[in-house]
Amino acid sequence: MSELDTGEIRTVEIKYFDGTSRVAEIVDREVPYPDGKLIVSRTDPEGIITHANQAFIDMSGYSEEELIGTNHYILRHPDMPAVAFKGLWDTIEQGTKWHGYVKNLRKDGSYYWVKATVIPNIRNGKLVGYTSVRRKPSRSKIAESEALYATLLAEE
Amino acid sequence: MTFNLTVSPDFAPDHISGWYFFNTWLQRQLDTGIHLELYDSFDEQRNDIQADKFDLIYANPYDASMLVRELGFQAIARPANKADETVIAVNAESAFQTVEDLLPGSRIATTDDPDVHTMGMIMLESADLDKGNTEISEYASYVVVAKNLLNNSADAGFFLKEAYDELSELIRSKMRVLVSSQISVVHHTLLVGPRMADHIPAIQAALLTMHENDKGQGVLESMGFSSWEPMDSEQTEFMIDLIDTLID
Repeated sequence: MSELDTGEIRTVEIKYFDGTSRVAEIVDREVPYPDGKLIVSRTDPEGIITHANQAFIDMSGYSEEELIGTNHYILRHPDMPAVAFKGLWDTIEQGTKWHGYVKNLRKDGSYYWVKATVIPNIRNGKLVGYTSVRRKPSRSKIAESEALYATLLAEE
Repeated sequence: MTFNLTVSPDFAPDHISGWYFFNTWLQRQLDTGIHLELYDSFDEQRNDIQADKFDLIYANPYDASMLVRELGFQAIARPANKADETVIAVNAESAFQTVEDLLPGSRIATTDDPDVHTMGMIMLESADLDKGNTEISEYASYVVVAKNLLNNSADAGFFLKEAYDELSELIRSKMRVLVSSQISVVHHTLLVGPRMADHIPAIQAALLTMHENDKGQGVLESMGFSSWEPMDSEQTEFMIDLIDTLID
């Protein structure tokens, strides 16, 4: 759990790249990443979730039915700068692997940090979607990312 | 024509005879000759695989990726309820209680098992440890990894969970598990090469009903399996994509 957590609750409108938005209650409380687990999901080329493993369901707080068919950006935390996701999409759309540290938003408004890797799924030379695998990040990488994203967010 | 079968060298020694029974059983099912060749080392086996020596391979997930994408093999079955998981263990008396307690300079005992080593290193990341700030020593078997923990020549060791669970109770009582992976979708698979592709329907039919008769069930038991489950190409590609995300 982050030492900076206050447990404070705020209501935020989260705007997505496709012009849609939603109002979410954000709780300043970290849920620790479980040891030894990988969170695995797959999306179609547009980012719509097509597969979620049990660790993803458990950590996100959503049911499998709620996740499948939803855009992956449902996990986007308002503390994450848009430029971080632009970097992700620019990388994977070129057909290459992306690594990064991400603060994810749970259904209950609390958050969890991951080290994420996203790769394009190519079948017979054609892009059919993306696989994202998340693993436990170190506290030092979380602290670095918190500082970096706060700076980037302030510039947006 | 005689085909060639090999098995990933990370199975427990108790199951060596099981693979010979399996080979005899499979030859009878297919009415064709198959030669079984076993290896002690992953590197030696990989060289022979690259030299196109094999038609049928029971492969670990890391090698399955290479076999499918580079050599045109097709995964057709996997053992039921047998995912590959990794354990990081320490000496029972060790002061380390969690992975995050391990410090730069830690001595890590591992094997040449590519999946277990990769997953072990991933589980060290949360302690900010990597190959650049740890002392990694590779040993011939999990028993030797355990010995290095017991005599304090290593601070932590990587094990295939199944191999850890099969160590003697005495050895296990002197060690402690820091973390055990729970990935469940990474597993060994049986793959068929291009020369043997015509036999795929017959092999798959034989494997998927193997547990339904006494003879087949006896062979499965000697291999440490309960039954086989089918693998289709999309399940295989999914596993390979997942492995790709774990390799830097």
